[in-house]
Amino acid sequence: MDWEALALSVRLSLWTTGVLLVVGLPVAYWLVFARWRWKFLVEAVVALPLVLPPTVLGFYLLLAFSPRGLLGAGYVDLTGRTLAFSFEGLVIASVLYSLPFAVQPFAAAFASIDRTFLEASWSLGASRGATFVRVILPLARRGILTGMVLAFAHTLGEFGVVLMVGGNLPGVTRTVSIAIYDQVQALNYDAALRTSLLLLAVSFLVLAVTYGLQRRVTAAWPLR
Amino acid sequence: MAAPLIATFSKRYPPATVVDAELDLRHDAGPVTVLFGPSGSGKTTILRCIAGLERPDTGTIRFGDEVWCDAGRGVHVSPQARRIGVVFQQYALFPHLTVTGNIAFGCAGQRPRRLERVAAMLRLLDLQGLEHRYPSQLSGGQQQRVALARALAPEPRLLLLDEPLSALDAGVREPLRRDLRHRLAALDVPTLVVTHDRVEALALGDAMAVVVGGRVRQTGPVPEVFSRPADVVVAQTVGVETVIPGHVVERRDGLLTVTVGTSRLTTFDPGDMGSTVFVCVRAEEVILEREPSARASARNHLAGRVTGLTAEGPLVRVMLDCGFPIAALITRSAREDLDLHVGDVLTAVVKATSIHLVPRNGA
Repeated sequence: MDWEALALSVRLSLWTTGVLLVVGLPVAYWLVFARWRWKFLVEAVVALPLVLPPTVLGFYLLLAFSPRGLLGAGYVDLTGRTLAFSFEGLVIASVLYSLPFAVQPFAAAFASIDRTFLEASWSLGASRGATFVRVILPLARRGILTGMVLAFAHTLGEFGVVLMVGGNLPGVTRTVSIAIYDQVQALNYDAALRTSLLLLAVSFLVLAVTYGLQRRVTAAWPLR
Repeated sequence: MAAPLIATFSKRYPPATVVDAELDLRHDAGPVTVLFGPSGSGKTTILRCIAGLERPDTGTIRFGDEVWCDAGRGVHVSPQARRIGVVFQQYALFPHLTVTGNIAFGCAGQRPRRLERVAAMLRLLDLQGLEHRYPSQLSGGQQQRVALARALAPEPRLLLLDEPLSALDAGVREPLRRDLRHRLAALDVPTLVVTHDRVEALALGDAMAVVVGGRVRQTGPVPEVFSRPADVVVAQTVGVETVIPGHVVERRDGLLTVTVGTSRLTTFDPGDMGSTVFVCVRAEEVILEREPSARASARNHLAGRVTGLTAEGPLVRVMLDCGFPIAALITRSAREDLDLHVGDVLTAVVKATSIHLVPRNGA
């Protein structure tokens, strides 16, 4: 069993989920509440990773991450290290790749909030920012939780983008799905089977616990 | 005296809907003004523009010496800065907060001060014991009072209520209407209530503005607007032509005796009526007689002098002075039969069941 790879995948997923929470909530808010005629273009860009082959996204990111690339050069100037084949590079790639998995549930939850609640909040003197924190976030909590879990689970099983951007460095970029690929390449089917089963179990567990919790959340708010 | 609200603005909804508001609310008649009109007449739009939730296309809204909106100069004060309380049609209580959390939402200051304010609101609106309930665990009437408490907690300078009773079941609407009038009259915060319900307008308002087809057609004290509609459109909208304040002087065998001006009227007792009432009579239900009939089933026979005659299509509106003004709507042929002229003395006959009483509590 490749515990090192599993630990790395979990660490990557946690980082990605955290960054997506910080980045995805404002993006979703903007997508739902902004009035801009070209907004649909941004929506399309956010949803792109759903249909784009991971290798295509990975390839563009690899170019951007190279020390002469747009992001890579800046990162070298800032830290003296390269983004490509690093854990930080993987986090950036995962955030972009899982963006729609977080933003779409966030946005759906925001959009389903009755606008009168926002107007009530404004008329009670709460600014738009305060309304976001005190009304929108609590009312959208289930959608936010769903988005976080989907982003986490999606990152856990990520393969193509990681392979393109991160390569295969043990403890740095060798995630669990790449470990499985290596094991199969080496005809080590027993190990591949065990690791796959573990990934399957963890993914199922995360989803089951989330949906179970959401059921409890519903039960705590009796509808009349 | 509260600051007057003076609004002159228009708001367009493509393709053809236009709301033209002209309001001058000085609260002379009392603190509560009703914005009355049929559904879709633009009342709610006017309310939302005053609240700052919609932007008028042209015109101005002033409150005292503050300019809340001046479309020409691009001035638009945010709803947050207007310091108004709004009670929404479905109340819009925050479902994730308890009664206390909802009421405290708009309160400023440190925690002890906010809790003190919440406690005062709970007392004012009889909500003690419900502090920890969630909105979904409250009855409609309780939700309404929580919404009112939440709107009042930050000490608003103006209170806006959008159809405050329409979310309630028909059975509880009437007692709660009286209850609401009590509370609004006791508050002494200038209040604007939107309603399409005539009885609600009568029961809640001191003054009223009639909105028809996106325009404010008439503004004035409630009984005046009802009994002296400015034009036919207002008359058709308010429906009841005679509305006069009266006092219940006797209660017997399911009947009430009400004094109106110098006359006494017998009416059906709807029960649970205070001593101060509005007496409402539809002009269609007033019968005119040349000679007082010796015996008739109708209980009220009022001698009066004709003060005015107005033709309305096939009908004629007759204004009579019977110690108080009363309107009768008769056909043109009836007018010819009776040979009516201004100054004639007639008897107006009204059945006890044709007189509708609206309680006037707390005023």
